[in-house]
Amino acid sequence: MSNQAYAPIYEALVEFRRNRVVPFDVPGHKRGRGNPELVKLLGKQCVELDVNSMKPLDNLCHPISVIKEAEDLAAEAFGAAHAFLMVGGTTSAVQTMVLTASKKGEKIILPRNVHRSVINALVVNGATPIYVNPDVDNRLGIALGMKISQVEKAIEENPDAVAILVNNPSYYGICSNLKKIVELAHEHNMLVLVDEAHGTHFYFGDDMPISAMAAGADMSCVSMHKSGGSLTQSSILLTNSTVGPGYVRQVINLTQTTSASYLLLASLDISRRNLALRGKEAFAEVVNMAEYARTEINKIGDYYAYGSELINGDSIYDFDKTKLTVFTLDVGLAGIEVYDLLRDEYDIQMELGDIGNTLAYISIGDRMREIERLVSALYDIRRRFKKDRTGLFDHEYINPSVVMSPQEAFYAPKEEMIPIRETNGRICTEFVMSYPPGIPILAPGERITQEIIDYIIYAKEKGCSMTGPEDPKIEYLNVIKEATIY
Amino acid sequence: MEFWFSELHTENVKLSIKVNKHIFSEENDHNRIDIFESPEYGRVLTADGYIVMTERDEFIYHEMMTHIPMAVHPHPQKILVFGAGDGGVVRELLKYPDVERIDMVEVNVGVVEAAKKYLPFSASGLDDPKVTIYTQNALRYVRHIVGEYDVIIVDSAGFYGPGESLLSREFYGSCYKALKEDGIMVNQHQSPFYAEDRAETQKAHKRIVECFPISRVYQAHIPTYPSGYWLFGYASKKYHPVDDLNAKRWNKLGIETNYYTTNLHKGCFALPAYVEKLLAKVE
Repeated sequence: MSNQAYAPIYEALVEFRRNRVVPFDVPGHKRGRGNPELVKLLGKQCVELDVNSMKPLDNLCHPISVIKEAEDLAAEAFGAAHAFLMVGGTTSAVQTMVLTASKKGEKIILPRNVHRSVINALVVNGATPIYVNPDVDNRLGIALGMKISQVEKAIEENPDAVAILVNNPSYYGICSNLKKIVELAHEHNMLVLVDEAHGTHFYFGDDMPISAMAAGADMSCVSMHKSGGSLTQSSILLTNSTVGPGYVRQVINLTQTTSASYLLLASLDISRRNLALRGKEAFAEVVNMAEYARTEINKIGDYYAYGSELINGDSIYDFDKTKLTVFTLDVGLAGIEVYDLLRDEYDIQMELGDIGNTLAYISIGDRMREIERLVSALYDIRRRFKKDRTGLFDHEYINPSVVMSPQEAFYAPKEEMIPIRETNGRICTEFVMSYPPGIPILAPGERITQEIIDYIIYAKEKGCSMTGPEDPKIEYLNVIKEATIY
Repeated sequence: MEFWFSELHTENVKLSIKVNKHIFSEENDHNRIDIFESPEYGRVLTADGYIVMTERDEFIYHEMMTHIPMAVHPHPQKILVFGAGDGGVVRELLKYPDVERIDMVEVNVGVVEAAKKYLPFSASGLDDPKVTIYTQNALRYVRHIVGEYDVIIVDSAGFYGPGESLLSREFYGSCYKALKEDGIMVNQHQSPFYAEDRAETQKAHKRIVECFPISRVYQAHIPTYPSGYWLFGYASKKYHPVDDLNAKRWNKLGIETNYYTTNLHKGCFALPAYVEKLLAKVE
């Protein structure tokens, strides 16, 4: 490693503050003087560093000095050819990947449980999604990784596809066989894009699942603000030598702000330095805490905190041991109920709760004493609330029928708020997503069938949490006008 | 030369104690411990800059934490103590000949060692054969224990930092479970006087009311704690703290105290109106 102890943006900001430059530029709060309440809330130091791009601080739209150096150091730290600091969340990084790899009319292979930012990117560029059905664990009610056989089938049926996008790891820590997917894709001249939002630590910890760059993927986005410790909304896009950095920068600049926040950029710079210098020890400690919590939670009885034993060589090719997901149905409580109890009665905020599980996000900021609280709270919840187990909602994957690209559906004339029972045969213009297992039932441009209508009604009755449509109760759906149906 | 220790009781109020000399200082994973000698209060123990106890007024705190539950419970034999690394609670407990076992869970072994060395007036009982010290996280120790103890005394150093988990629903729930059917739990409840401390008093009280069928608050005067006025929580599965006090039985034990009396016991549950009101808000 050359000089990972260096943090060029951070140091330029410190130097800048020392110079006490008189600001006749934006932002108009002028080091906070014009907005004392903001200074009171955020602190003087923080507000003073909220400055604009200028010569000594470089410019994110066209980095040539300190931002470029920070990106080079990040690329080195992550083992990538190039790294791009992102200030629009990992959403902007995911969208850049999709917009770089595909264009109008081209096909891109995706797992059905992609983040909605991917489909939104398809609305922007007009590419067509080819969905791969993710495997589902019916006991736990979670979507798993992509099976190799499914990827092979999708490639065979769509040899003209330009890219494959992989979620790796999933929210629940499930990894696909990334190396094999990269091999298959490259044999067929397809790029591999990895949504690695939950996998920043794969690049720094020991004994972690393989990272996208190490597996030879072409592009990947890492949510530095998740396991990397940077500020919310900051992220990094990584590319391999197979992708031209100049074009990627052009794509980024299509939608990126020209007033990138230096608080976010500095937080990326410092976090990268911290991970490069201390990531190995820090993530070993995170794994220790998660493994300890798993052991203790599994001692309580009825709860199941799952780990590496799930690995099946295909759709669970590897497991991210920093993830702590607890299956709660055998306590007689839904994951979301435990999630709510933990917050309301125990002052513990979990990352998510679905029908069967609740997930604790363990990171470099955690301490053993809070882990002990979580374990004891789960113990106490079981003591107080244990009931007979209710039936688990069985998910059946319904193969979507993609009639038009998300872009066409998005811009087509619509009929709004049609009662759901009357939508059979129509083309949906919005998302319908159900938790569990977090797989879209409908995406824009897909044909609504009686089977899908029945499923939505059934899932709602079973208490699944449904999101996506304009009507929050999902009694009505927006569809494309009759005359425009193909 | 003037050498003063100061502790902020609020952003705008501080207590200063003149110091003769600094005796001990140690920083470990848990907190920073200091001991100094002062002309007015004798030896003073602080954790992260907050007074834990002083030689001069510790008797009030330790007697009130210990004798209130011990006088109500008809036959306390197995006692669990959390924190209490300075040994004051254990010293009081050892005055009861019928006590068979005192389990003490203090995560910070540094406090115990320092107390034995520099605070012998309070740590005298820590080496008694009835006492077992467990150096581990309180929650981890207690969550698997069912129906084991007669009395649990929660002597947390404070509600911020390491002591925070002793203010949680899961902790009180675990203590409830670890007590026998007629068990009693006592904990410190902060001072109700200053706004920030008051929020903690209410939080502690709310959590305990949710866990125990009987829950009352009592008070004492402690000069070196914020506002000099301190509350404690009494929680029980069975015994009322005043109605079930058998003063005769306790007085027959002939235990010598400097603050606690059975008369004071009956009186200390009578609270000022503003305290009653702030507690009622969370009941």
